Amino acid sequence: MMEMLKSLTVILLTSVLVNNYVLSRFLGICPFLGVSKKLNQAAGMGAAVIFVMALATAATWPIQYFLLDKFNMGYMRTIVFILVIAALVQLVEIILKKYMPALHASLGIYLPLITTNCAVLGVTINNINDGYGFLESMVSSIGAGLGFLLAMVLFAGVRSRLEEANPPKSFEGLPITLVSAAIVALSFFGFAGIVDGIFG
Amino acid sequence: MNPILIAAIVVAGIGAVCAVMLVVASKFFAVPEDETYSKIRECLPGANCGACGYAGCDGYAKALCEDKSVKANLCVPGGDTASKKISEILGVEFEDVVEKVAVIHCYGDCEHTSNKMDYVGIESCEAAKLMYGGQGKCVFGCMGFGDCAKVCPQGAICIKNGIAHIDTRKCIGCGLCAKACPRKLIEIVDDVEKVLVTCNNTEKGVLVRGKCSNGCIGCKKCEKNCPEGAITVTDNLAKIDYSKCTHCGECAKNCPVGCILVSDLSGLHRYVAE
Repeated sequence: MMEMLKSLTVILLTSVLVNNYVLSRFLGICPFLGVSKKLNQAAGMGAAVIFVMALATAATWPIQYFLLDKFNMGYMRTIVFILVIAALVQLVEIILKKYMPALHASLGIYLPLITTNCAVLGVTINNINDGYGFLESMVSSIGAGLGFLLAMVLFAGVRSRLEEANPPKSFEGLPITLVSAAIVALSFFGFAGIVDGIFG
Repeated sequence: MNPILIAAIVVAGIGAVCAVMLVVASKFFAVPEDETYSKIRECLPGANCGACGYAGCDGYAKALCEDKSVKANLCVPGGDTASKKISEILGVEFEDVVEKVAVIHCYGDCEHTSNKMDYVGIESCEAAKLMYGGQGKCVFGCMGFGDCAKVCPQGAICIKNGIAHIDTRKCIGCGLCAKACPRKLIEIVDDVEKVLVTCNNTEKGVLVRGKCSNGCIGCKKCEKNCPEGAITVTDNLAKIDYSKCTHCGECAKNCPVGCILVSDLSGLHRYVAE
């Protein structure tokens, strides 16, 4: 029992800090740059990503092991996962609209945006590649979502400071944003090895 | 069996299941959408300025649908065009919209006044105001960091020669700039006004004279010469009562410093109406 808890904690911390999907694996850069202008929007997007990542993993893990492996067609994983995730998010949106209009309004445009997000697809595929069991996959994907939220919130803070800064004319706007994103990503490399250090 | 065939069948099968699921869901969980709501929402400009008194265009459209007593002419940026369309949709009598336009009560640009210090802090009026009332000599006037320009949804405000200028043709009268200005220099007036006092300084004439050549010195010449009694000087500053003003321009002719401006302030709405 303790062993399992420990391994799950390692997976969670690894996917939040060390293998942060945005800042270490560079997946999901599009919403990272697009929606990080304001803190509340960034947090909303992050929450939606956690939700969708967990949901997508819960749906794709059984499909991989009970369907694709049965027919010996693991090579179709990418296409099948895209299909399933897209349909799933649409379904969730329809249900949310009916039963939780407030949540639907706040998640709003983010849900369909996430449908084709590479971070979500990346999480589901990496879970399979790493050979995780169902529980481990769920923990890993929730961790990845938390890592995304962390990156978004951190970067929203950085960007609000950028608004007040006065960079050279040629760096204004996107260039300085990309430069600061790179520096934030660099700082996350400091986490490499930290989880092994704690639990190893 | 051919592996390609199996793969095709399996993927098609998953696709079909997903499709059926979505179709069923959209039937069972369908939310009846109010058609008038989306129609009204389309008529509104989407500036989300809040001039109507509701939380954004969505809020106003919703209020119009649900409450019949809500007036259809509250959208200032949309003007008569929006009001007309909304009235048609709701089947109510068309009411004219009182279009508004923003004006700035300061013309102390680099030629009229100068700085008392070099300010190198955060580039915003709100911040500069905290530092001994800003870098300019006059602590009532425009600081020119463009807090108003930043919030303008139309990009109608530009900073030129140290002060903000409003392009009245672009201005939609939403009033966001008036809220953003820490000096409260911006006033939202009806889109027919032509006379403007371009000063906000309430100090005595001598002091004003030393700071800005465009400043109102409170000499009361405008007050005496106004045939309608529309202009009064309180706290050493001329103020126009727009309900009485007839745009005759007598005040401007008699102003010794030339801080009263008579010109066509009206903007966009006028051109649209014509």
